[in-house]
Formats: sequence, structure tokens, C-alpha cells
Amino acid sequence: MTQHTLSVLVENTPGILTRVAALFARRGFNIESLAVGTTEHPEISRMTIVVKVEGLPLEQVTKQLNKLVNVLKIVELDPGTSVQRELVLIKVRADAETRSQVLETVQLFRAKVVDVAPDAVTVEATGNREKLDALIRILEPFGIKELVQSGMVAIGRGARSITDRSLRAIERSA
Amino acid sequence: MTTEQMTGAQALVRALENVGVDTVFGIPGGAILPAYDPLYDSVKLRHILVRHEQGAGHAAQGYAMVTGKVGVCMATSGPGATNLVTPISDAYMDSVPIVAITGQVATSLIGTDGFQEADIAGITMPITKHNFLVTDPRDIGRTIAEAFHIASTGRPGPVLVDIAKDALQATFDFEWPVQMHLPGYRPVTRPHSKQVREAARLIAEAKRPVLYVGGGVLKAGASAELKVLAELTGVPVVTTLMAKGAFPDSHPQHMGMPGMHGSVGAVGALQRSDLLITIGARFDDRVTGRLDGFAPHAKVVHADIDPAEISKNRHADVPIVGDAREVIADLIVAVQAEHDAGRAGDYEDWWRQLNAWRETYPLGYDEPEDGLSPQHVIERIGQLVGPEAYYVAGVGQHQMWAAQFIKYERPGAFLNSGGAGTMGYAVPAAMGAKVGAPDTQVWAIDGDGCFQMTNQELATCVLEGIPVKIAIINNGNLGMVRQWQTLFYEGRYSNTKLHTNRVPDFVKLAEAYGCVGLRCERPEDVDSVIAKAMEINDTPVVIDFVVHPDAMVWPMVAAGTGNDDIKIARDMAPEWENGD
Repeated sequence: MTQHTLSVLVENTPGILTRVAALFARRGFNIESLAVGTTEHPEISRMTIVVKVEGLPLEQVTKQLNKLVNVLKIVELDPGTSVQRELVLIKVRADAETRSQVLETVQLFRAKVVDVAPDAVTVEATGNREKLDALIRILEPFGIKELVQSGMVAIGRGARSITDRSLRAIERSA
Repeated sequence: MTTEQMTGAQALVRALENVGVDTVFGIPGGAILPAYDPLYDSVKLRHILVRHEQGAGHAAQGYAMVTGKVGVCMATSGPGATNLVTPISDAYMDSVPIVAITGQVATSLIGTDGFQEADIAGITMPITKHNFLVTDPRDIGRTIAEAFHIASTGRPGPVLVDIAKDALQATFDFEWPVQMHLPGYRPVTRPHSKQVREAARLIAEAKRPVLYVGGGVLKAGASAELKVLAELTGVPVVTTLMAKGAFPDSHPQHMGMPGMHGSVGAVGALQRSDLLITIGARFDDRVTGRLDGFAPHAKVVHADIDPAEISKNRHADVPIVGDAREVIADLIVAVQAEHDAGRAGDYEDWWRQLNAWRETYPLGYDEPEDGLSPQHVIERIGQLVGPEAYYVAGVGQHQMWAAQFIKYERPGAFLNSGGAGTMGYAVPAAMGAKVGAPDTQVWAIDGDGCFQMTNQELATCVLEGIPVKIAIINNGNLGMVRQWQTLFYEGRYSNTKLHTNRVPDFVKLAEAYGCVGLRCERPEDVDSVIAKAMEINDTPVVIDFVVHPDAMVWPMVAAGTGNDDIKIARDMAPEWENGD
């Protein structure tokens, strides 16, 4: 089973998330994570989809995605030439006795505390999967009460943009 | 550009007229009602009032198949729209260009579970090429233009346009022509020349090549080009169920239909081939049998207009994305160049083998000791009615026999539900075909099970003057299911007996609808009954052919087995090496 990160540029139209998600479900492709938001161009949204494929080539996933009329462009982002980040919010037990240890861990991971209660703190951390997994592993013994993750967002390194040409296509057809 | 003030409903009708629609199959209802008012005045649009929305959808398919235009069906919201789901799904599986227009509840009611509300855009998302929900009247013109463009270009398919009632009622400034806005839709039709040259090289090198031709060749209108390519190369041709007629059945290079009920010659050709030249076909499981045993020695050239079909089921050594007609035209040039350079394929040994299979294992059937043979009936219809007619099959045994025993000599002569396998397709699809080709005979070859699913459209045919012929191959059973029960369930006939010899009386039913009803029960009457039906051209004719229930479709590759395990009759396998 191999994991791939796809950046999918789509027209910012109602129902596009359903179209993409339903396509994955219907064709039996596994989504590891999915994050979506608008780009620097309000008419284009960008989905970062982490997909695990087994047995079938990634090509089939991208070809089926490309058939969706509202999909403009698909780029696979290689971990070596892109920045890949996830955000996690963790509500962890921290009473008078353990608080200093928790805060030490937070500092060590360059995470930050965004909310404090008498017996808990909420930690915000950003990073790649490995870093966040390590943080979660170390916080686990203190007692994680709640955890929420953003899904991965990714962008290619260097000066080039993947949105430029799609925007031109939109302008041409407008 | 002209601007004119009108309602959304008037805009819809105007846009349909402007994109060239002349026929709409549909049924009105609450949410679509505004559209039916301007439709009443249109002199360019003929609306054919069907009896069930499924009939409208299949009729639009039949119409599209014979005219090459986009078929149009119309229904109201909720149940009207959901009744279109089956034909939309059918059109999706068989790549038939149709546009379905549905009324939707008013924008303010959407999402409230309003009366007759159904999220038809959501429901049809996986079975349409694309769909739209229109809530602003200003989007109606552009959306209709886009829907017809998407349905008819690239790989054709169904598009649904769902329009909220208030958008139909509102008044606005209608503009035409409209600018389409489809930045993400760019079908590739021009094949890559390097790939085409590589394919031509493989054809010259191959010892046992086969042209594996699918429905894409018919969609592209590439039959003439295919004939040139086949004759130039001397390569044998197999045509799938969806491609019947793309290459004349009488042509000496035609090995027949491959697949679960294909001829031994066609199946054997694929299995022993060293090169499949696949054009507009998609390696469907009904053709390949068990995929890991399919054409094990063959390299694959795969040309299709849909890039996602290439290497989906079987790896393509030479992938070619493009319109079948352009691909074949380019291949002809490339193959000719190979010939000019002294590299022409030598398939003499291959043909010796192919001819041996063809001579040893021709398609055939046994006549029952008493009663009527269904294959004989279908064969005689084909022979007496001739190759100029359209033949429209339902789904099941009669469909396979119609594929096997009617000889198709021209593209598009055979319509059927291949991918979806929709029982009930034949009557409404034949109706749509007859509307599209009023001067050509249209014969539905239907089963008694299929016929009972959609025969209400006989009323439409009678009242609208659509004189189709319906041959019911009545074996009193769900024949194909019964065949599987015979072969794989020890003859335990669970719920397959329809008692159609007693209920209903198809002749009386036909007469009740205002059709001519005929019955045939004896072999000696077959020809005269067909001749009588052919003489009647002012009203639909239904013929109840009461046939033997035990006839089976052979050859057969049982589900889950490989093509090499094809049986020519029960427990009888061909000897592959025969004639080697």
C-alpha cells in the first residue's frame, strides 16, 4: 500500500466536495485525509487529498478525478519537493502535578498552548505526520481528552505555481 | 447577441430549440409545469407524452442511437425524476448522449423535504457524465448549451439539468448565444502520432493479431474507416455486443462476437492472440471472463476517447487516447507506411486456425421436438425483415439470440442495453428509435419478462402514431435466470416461472392498447406471421411467439471462469487445437 499526496484544483462550485468524495467511495479508493479551501483566486478551490492505493495504480485515481467536469488540474506532490503540513489541536489532562511536564513537551515540539483550564491544556501543533504522531505519543500518558486534526495541506517548493494556468483557463472560458 | 425578456420556462424552451432539439419525451407534473406552458406553443419541439418516466428516458436513448443527436427527456421533481434513474444509469453505462431535464421544488423549499422533493442531482451524481442544479433563470440558457455540449462530445453520456420551479417562473432578460464556461472539460480527440506508429509497428510484427472492436467505433461513426483498416491489414475482427454492425457480419474477416455468449471463433481468437488492437472497447467482464486468464499471450494496443478506460482492467502496452475515427484514420496511414517499407504482417497460419474454429464451431441451435425454437424465430425475423431495419432487444436470452442470429450489416442497426442490462429497455427504446427514424422498420425483440416492465408505452406508440413491431419471445419464464438455475442451481427454479402462457394474454393486451396483436405457436406459421406484421404500417404490432422454455444460450463462458473454459453446450468444450 503506497501513499500519495494529490493537489486537486477545482472550480469553486456547490457540490464539488461531494462529487470528489463520492467518486473515491464509488471507485473504492481510500482517502487518508482531505483538506479543502479556496486559493488565491476565489473561483478556484484546492483540495489536498492523501490517498492510499493498493493493487491499482494511482493513474486510475487521477484519470477518474480528471473526468469530473469541475476538476481543473491534478498534481501529485512528492514529499521531497514539497512542504506538507498538518495541524492538530489536543486537549490533554494537566493538573498541578503534571502541568510542568506537559508544558515541557509542548516546548520541545515547538507547539503552543492555546487554552488553559485548571486540569487541562489545549495544545496546538503544526508539522508533518511523523512529528505530530511523536507529540501525540508523548502526550498520551498524561491523558488525551480530545483530539482534532486538519488533514494535510501541501505546497510545492520553489517559485512555480500550479494555479496560474488553471486561472488562465477559467479566464479564457469566461 | 440578442436580448429578450421572458420567463425561465420560455428560456428553457427557447434554449432547447436553439441547440437543435426537435423531440422531447416526457410527462408533466407540479415542479416542471411552468415549462409545459411555453412547450404547448412551440412549433419546433414535438413533445411526446409517455406513460412512465422510465419510458421517456429509454425513448430518448433510442432516439439518440438512431439519429446521432442528443436525446431529450423531461420529468417533474421527486418521483418523476427518480423514475428517470434507470434510463440515466443505462445511458451512462452504454455512453448514450441524453439530456434529462427535471423540475425541482422552488429554491425556498429545497432542503426542507418539500412535497415531491428529491435531491436528483445528488442521486444521479454517480450515473451522469455531469449534472446541474439551476436556481437562477439567468443560468438556464448557458446550462442547456453546456449540457448538450458535454453529453455529445468526448465519450458521450447522460447529463441531467435540474431546474427549480421559481427559476422557471421568474422573468428576466434572456440572452443568446451564450458563452459556455467549462474550464475543466477538455476531451482529447486527436491521437498521439508516436503511439499510432508504434501500434502500426506491432501490427506488422504480430503473428496472431485481432481487432477487438467496441461501441466506441459506432459512437465515432468510424465503421467505414474500420473496414478499410481491416482489409488493409487482413486482421480478423471481433465486435462486442455494443459494436454489432460496426463491421458487417457477412464480412469474411468477421469472427463474430466475443464474450460470455460469444462465438468459439471470436473467443478463441482473443485467447490465442498475440496482439489485441482494441478500439472503443473497455475490457468488460462479460468479454474478458476471468481477467487473469484473458488473452494471456497478447500485447495490447488500447485506443479510447476516455483516458480512464485505458489500463483500467487490462494493462495497455500502447495506450492511445483519441476519437476512434481519428485513431483508425491515422492507423491506416501508419500501417500503409509500414507496408510501403516492406513490413506487412503475415497471418496465414493464424487464418488457418481461425477458419478451423469457425468451420468446426459455427453458431447453431437444436430444434426442439415439439413447439417453437426461440432462436429460429429470431433468425427468421432477421432474414425476412432484412439488414436495413433497426432491431432493439431487451435483456436476457432473447437479447443474446438477437445478437447471435440476426445478421447486422450496417452500423447502428442493433440497439440494446449492454452495460446496465436493463430489462424493459426494448419497448420504449424502440419507440424512440422509430420516432428518430420514422421511415425505417423498427423491431423490438423482447422477452415476456422484459415486456411486462415497460409495455405501457404501447399506449404512447398508438396515440402518437409510432408503428413499432414488438416480437415477444415468450417462454413463460425469466429465461436467462432460469438457464442459470438449470446449470448452477440443480434445476431449482426459484421464482422464474412467469406463467405468461396464461397471464396476461399478450394478444388481448395488445388489442386493448389499440395495437394489432398476433400469436404464433407453430414453426410452420413463423414466416407468415412475420410477413403479416410487416404489412401493417399504420399501428404498432405485437407478436406473441410462444416458444419452448428449455432453450439455452450457447456458447457460454460461465461467470467466474476463464474464456478458455467456454462451453459450446452443456458439459461440451471445444477442442482448441482442432485444425492446427
